[in-house]
Amino acid sequence: MAKLKIALYWAAGCGGCEIATLAIGDKILKLAEVADIVFWPVAMDFKYADVENMADKSVDVCLFNGAIRNEENEHMAKLLRAKSKIMIAYGSCAYEGCIPGLSNFYNRQMTFDRVYIETPSTDNPEKIFPQTRVKVPEGELELPEFYDTVKTLAQTVDVDYFVPGCPPEEKTTWLALEALIEGKLPPKGTVISHSVKALCDECSLTREEKKVKKFYRPYEIIPEPEKCLLEQGLLCYGVATRGGCGALCPQANMPCTGCYGPVEGVIDQGAHFLSALSSIIDSNDPEEIQRIIDDIPDPAGTFYRYSLPDSLLRRARIK
Amino acid sequence: MDNFEPRIVAFCCNWCSYAGADLAGTARIQYSPNIRVIRVMCSGRVDPLFVLKALSIGADGVLILGCHPGDCHYIEGNYKTLRRIPLLKKMLKQLGIEEERVRLEWISASEGAKFAEVANNFTQTMKNLGPSSLGSFK
Repeated sequence: MAKLKIALYWAAGCGGCEIATLAIGDKILKLAEVADIVFWPVAMDFKYADVENMADKSVDVCLFNGAIRNEENEHMAKLLRAKSKIMIAYGSCAYEGCIPGLSNFYNRQMTFDRVYIETPSTDNPEKIFPQTRVKVPEGELELPEFYDTVKTLAQTVDVDYFVPGCPPEEKTTWLALEALIEGKLPPKGTVISHSVKALCDECSLTREEKKVKKFYRPYEIIPEPEKCLLEQGLLCYGVATRGGCGALCPQANMPCTGCYGPVEGVIDQGAHFLSALSSIIDSNDPEEIQRIIDDIPDPAGTFYRYSLPDSLLRRARIK
Repeated sequence: MDNFEPRIVAFCCNWCSYAGADLAGTARIQYSPNIRVIRVMCSGRVDPLFVLKALSIGADGVLILGCHPGDCHYIEGNYKTLRRIPLLKKMLKQLGIEEERVRLEWISASEGAKFAEVANNFTQTMKNLGPSSLGSFK
């Protein structure tokens, strides 16, 4: 049997997903037995032309990590889609926008002002911003256009499968790779994870009754071990997050932040969590409810930490 | 902008507010035609998702109308709404959507006049705010 041809690409993301692909450990040897990596800029030297010269659909699988933040990300997404039989949105950025997607609370100009003017370590008295084209003595230089709005991979090209996580856990990555190697592919559009249920289903902490009078941020309290973090007033996102990671964060006393995306069938993770969270507020008095809500300083950023570009509203409206 | 007619979705609970809207009709109380009523079994059934969905596909404002606190047919469904809507409004404000675009009101089955008053008042508020900017982004 001919070896599988695999391409990997890193768009708008932190690079954690690249590490996560290596986290499969010695299974990588098994992968090397059955697959050839034909494109992986982070590990080997490739040029754009190398991809452009490939025949259409000549790559079996593309693992694409990172969101679509600029013109280059979009170009590569479209190019790799044309060259690949199967396109996988690998990791939360490609799947739902993730942390880069939080810049959808701002627009390009606000982001540039912050990055190139306002940050304390920046010295830019001439207010120089990146330009898409600039003339220098040697000729004209080009930079990709920076977009106002971060998009997910599926909002840019047709995507076959999604691998959740920031970054995906080793076992989740292997679940996807194993399916590819064995040719046992799930239906198109599947989010590949060991669970379709909420994270709470696999969390070992003890759940009793969810009634909360005050919400805390993680640094404000030392949570009791063995007790559900949400019941202790921490904004643990497990109720609205797909399981499959093994509930690693709650076991280390850190609330889940929701990186595995929405539970199967849910289309807006933030709204889902908002709904669940407000139901457990233990008060029927409007003023007290308001006080309890005031404990949550940044609901939109918290509820959509990983999914703002993939949410119904996609971004904040800037007046 | 003078002839702007806002599109308003009103989620009415089956047991109180929908009956209140019905009463406004049978009593022939005139109210703003901008309201599109959607009947739900309880205001507690109104998932924040419904509100976001309405706003994202072109509603200028969303009303959530339920039984008065203590009167819920399901005992405490409207208390869940009472907790949910303030948090939703706080979140919408961060997303650049005026919090006035979402309003929670209690309307009983006997309050046809209040239904009409809320409908008129909310329509006027939306007219003053102007069209929602949703849907007009890249």
